Amino acid sequence: MVNAVINGISVSVPRGTTIMEAAAQVGIEIPHLCFLKEINEIGACRVCVVEVEGSDRLVTACNHYVEEGMVVHTNSPRARHSRKTTIQLILSQHDMNCPICLRNGNCSLQKVAGDMGILSVPFPTEYEPYQWDATFPIIRDASKCIKCMRCVNICEKVQGLGVWEVINTGYRTTIHVKDNLPIDQAGCAACGQCVTHCPVGALTVRKDGNAVYEALDDPNITTVVQIAPAVRAAFAESLGLDRDAVTTGQLVAALKKIGFDYVFDTNFTADLTIMEEGSELLERLSHRDKYQWPMFTSCCPGWVRFLRSEYPEMLPQLSSAKSPQQMFGAVAKTYFADKIGVSPDKLCVISIMPCSAKKYECSVSCMSADGSHPDVDMVMITREIMRFIQMAHINVADLPDMPFDNPLGTGTGAAVIFGASGGVMEAALRSAYFLLMGKNIEPEAFKEVRGHTERRELEVEVAGVPVRCAVVSSLSEARKLIRDVKSGRCEYDFVEVMACPGGCAGGGGQPIHDGMELAGVRGDKLYRLDTENKLRYSHENPDVQTLYKEFFGSPMSHKAHELLHTDQRDWD
Amino acid sequence: MSRLELKKSDAVQKSVERMYEVLERRMIAGAIDSCPADFHLGFLKMCHAQTCGKCASCRVGLKQLQNLLTDVLENRATVATLDLIRRTAKDIYDSADCAIGYEAARMIWNGVTECYDDYVRYIENGGYIDATKISVPCVEACPANVDIPGYVALVGQGRYEDAVRLIRKDNPFPTTCAYVCEHPCERKCRRRIIDSPVNIRGLKRAAVDFARDVPVEKCAPPTGKKVAIIGGGPSGLSAAYYLSLMGHKVTIYESKVQLGGMLRYGIPSYRFPREKLQEDIDAILSLGVEVHRNTKVGKDITLQALILRYDAVYIAIGAHMDKKVGIEGEDAVNVVSAVDLLKKLGHNDPLDFSGEHVVILGGGNVAMDCARSSVRLGASKVSVVYRRRQEDMPALAAEVESAIAEGVEMRTLMVPLRIEKDEEGKVKGVWVKPQMIGSCDRKGRPSPKDSSKPEMFIPCDRVVVAIGQNIDYSHFQKSGIQVTRGVIGALDDGMIRDKEGVFAGGDCVTGPATVIRAIEGGKVAAANIDAFLGFNHMISCDVEIPADYVHNRLPCGRVNMVEREACERKCDFEGVELGMSKEEADQEASRCLRCDYYGYGSLKGGRTEQW
Repeated sequence: MVNAVINGISVSVPRGTTIMEAAAQVGIEIPHLCFLKEINEIGACRVCVVEVEGSDRLVTACNHYVEEGMVVHTNSPRARHSRKTTIQLILSQHDMNCPICLRNGNCSLQKVAGDMGILSVPFPTEYEPYQWDATFPIIRDASKCIKCMRCVNICEKVQGLGVWEVINTGYRTTIHVKDNLPIDQAGCAACGQCVTHCPVGALTVRKDGNAVYEALDDPNITTVVQIAPAVRAAFAESLGLDRDAVTTGQLVAALKKIGFDYVFDTNFTADLTIMEEGSELLERLSHRDKYQWPMFTSCCPGWVRFLRSEYPEMLPQLSSAKSPQQMFGAVAKTYFADKIGVSPDKLCVISIMPCSAKKYECSVSCMSADGSHPDVDMVMITREIMRFIQMAHINVADLPDMPFDNPLGTGTGAAVIFGASGGVMEAALRSAYFLLMGKNIEPEAFKEVRGHTERRELEVEVAGVPVRCAVVSSLSEARKLIRDVKSGRCEYDFVEVMACPGGCAGGGGQPIHDGMELAGVRGDKLYRLDTENKLRYSHENPDVQTLYKEFFGSPMSHKAHELLHTDQRDWD
Repeated sequence: MSRLELKKSDAVQKSVERMYEVLERRMIAGAIDSCPADFHLGFLKMCHAQTCGKCASCRVGLKQLQNLLTDVLENRATVATLDLIRRTAKDIYDSADCAIGYEAARMIWNGVTECYDDYVRYIENGGYIDATKISVPCVEACPANVDIPGYVALVGQGRYEDAVRLIRKDNPFPTTCAYVCEHPCERKCRRRIIDSPVNIRGLKRAAVDFARDVPVEKCAPPTGKKVAIIGGGPSGLSAAYYLSLMGHKVTIYESKVQLGGMLRYGIPSYRFPREKLQEDIDAILSLGVEVHRNTKVGKDITLQALILRYDAVYIAIGAHMDKKVGIEGEDAVNVVSAVDLLKKLGHNDPLDFSGEHVVILGGGNVAMDCARSSVRLGASKVSVVYRRRQEDMPALAAEVESAIAEGVEMRTLMVPLRIEKDEEGKVKGVWVKPQMIGSCDRKGRPSPKDSSKPEMFIPCDRVVVAIGQNIDYSHFQKSGIQVTRGVIGALDDGMIRDKEGVFAGGDCVTGPATVIRAIEGGKVAAANIDAFLGFNHMISCDVEIPADYVHNRLPCGRVNMVEREACERKCDFEGVELGMSKEEADQEASRCLRCDYYGYGSLKGGRTEQW
């Protein structure tokens, strides 16, 4: 342990504790912009400078350790003045159009500047001009970039992609797409992790709200909205409410109030995905020699994009099952449209997703039941729908619970855990066990696949045959797994990959809380929802059973193949 | 008012002058890969600040050049802008009145011309995307990429053994380099911006001086692959070390009696004591390297036989053939080559120069080694004859100074014409033509030219020719290895074109160079031989590097190493240089600015953990 005094308070911390961490332990917050624990500890913003007695210059609190006998002043006049000037310098390069910025009210720079009482910038202001492909799901506004380098490091270290690079020197130093490539050719997975870790509004997810409004306002259009599992674990955060203070039923009520005609649950098609993907796994396992192994889950479009650009030769190993979002679109524009007697082209399917890559997935041209209209017309991320609710001045917490509409509104506990890393695997194993053994296994039998980014392995015996399963999240972990598989160091049969750390709960479309990684607690909420659900097995979803009875026949039927499966090699 | 007054510099002038001094140092430490356009603009602004403003072309022209360069940087330029910049610069050069103007313009013309492709790319890409920014200057400058801030920090903490282990990750000759490395790392040391570069070699010396036994790392499981290495010098031994760590079976073929190459047969022991060399060699051999001494490839065994017998071959034969001056009388008795003189020293069979007047021809480090060895061999007078000025000598300044301290005379600006023999065919003296220094060559190095002074005779008993070495490549050329301009033609990855599995490196590829470059060659070859053999063994080191602690970066003198008293040291071949004390090493280590931890190094990780 080392002892120090911070702002007159004695602290005793383990060796290797930063000044910032030690200060936090005694309730002293040191403002900062660029710091991201273990990802970006580079002291770039110079906002966290503090005065250390005996040091002739100020010291960054984020990447200096507490030393024995250190006397620190986090808010001395010298520290305050320097911090203030630094923030003013950063502001002189930052286009301060706060009221019309997506991050207004949730911007670290705005907060730091406000806290420091900065009311003017004494320097000439100059913003970097920029051009950007406005059709891509990830949008960069260079005029707001503060060069904190978080995006560079999150993409490099967590996703292992290195899409963002530092270019130029001196004053002109900025962030750029690697090798000067257009963003859609740079191997970007569109996962949005750079967006959720951007402290300001320089990186955002493309807004599609106007198109949704047009559909809502058009009396000839029937709007159908689906809510992804992970959204329910996080949307309350955007409203400044406790995660458990508002229910999914209240979100349904809010969407109804906004004017969506049908509010459905992506959990329904998550169960459907399990039926198809589980059956596909069993089919592959019974014809082992016909396939390359392992089989990978395919419901994460960030992961599919990654595989397409990095390991295209492995695409046949992806499950051909479409993601729950796309299965929903396909079922809505066929079975459901038919059921309510609406022409599919008068039906607008909107998804609410925790994910920026879903905006890409719905635009893939082969994702179309009729070959001309997309199955899912628009995707709104969690943050977007929350703005919709705010714009409508709806107080979600005051609304009564409303159930999802039928028949695409029923989801099991196995479906809701799709939103957490390991959930798809767990759900699939629950049903695969049933399909082979004819009886259910205890629902929590496979809970050891739950976790965060680290690889989890599980060997299960199915009908006497061992099936080697693995789960990872984050693309750098996915790459490690692929390398292990390719080099023969590891052998697996079934692997779940989610591009975002912790799965969709930590997705790039989820509410942003600077400095907090919330995938874990959101995942916990999903697991709670699983236990609270009377139905814990996808194969027991009564509406899915009806759907097979009335429409598809059986999993992997011809019709199911046509509507519920895809060949990822054909994606554009 | 008096008719004349002494000039005084006022406070402002002093301040500006001080800044010029700092600027000079700062420029040397500058980032190697800074954006050329940005740098040219900065240079131009500096130059323009010196302009008096009298003349139009300099007063306005330098500003307009700045505007044009700014257009490039702000993406308002086209390729036509570049031509306008060059044309304008040329015209300013032609018309400006004094050097402040025309030299600024000339540098911009040169700069834009030399970096033309970079400029075009900048314009095409809308930015300088090639900015591979220098994160840790010393590591970038070290051919072997040794983790310098890492081991300096370890020395600062008294963890000398860990420092040696960390050095070995990239360089299996820690002791050798502690004594004789030319330390290119120090030139770009960022500490120079504050005062002067960290004494990096001195700190390495402290690490090896104070470290107790440091066992080598463990080898990977045997791969069953066999590699032959031709030449047991620093390059061959480096390759042997890393290939052994990777699990390959290595056999060295050494033509001489002992290993070490130029470290033994080129560097005299007063600079690098033999027992110290043996420490490095023993550590390398402890990995189980097999050695065939006294076995010359081309005489005792052929290259072809090795190619057939081994999975890969590394040629690292060095440059051990003497080079002749090509003047009359060079065949006289008592004319010896530097190679022979130093080889005999390496063999512990020294020549005896007692009472002789010795003339050394040459001005490089080898010439200094010969001069200082001659003193120790009993010469009564030693003169170095060199055709340029002392400051133009390729030898390290410190070597020249040490030689002078030991009584060596520098006879500069003299070109040897012929060696005069007596009736017995023995050296009588050297005829030289006095030179005067003249204009600079294209690299900016001043060239000597004949002066009108008459030829001079330097009487002497012995001449040592130290003007460089050649490579004994004939057997290899005959065996189908490409030889280009006197060196073995290996590619940048050490491979030989059209000779699968044959690699080459070290002096025999680069020409006579430094030990650290020979080590680099061995390291590069080891990595690529491993890959060629179908493996991807990584060399790493699990030593944890200390984090930086808070301390001031106030100017502080550099600890320089001292040598034994000249009058004492010149009488023996014992080591001359004295290492730092622990307290000196502590202070010197604390001067390191930890570029691995601050600046760009913190963004990009600051170090290569494995290779």
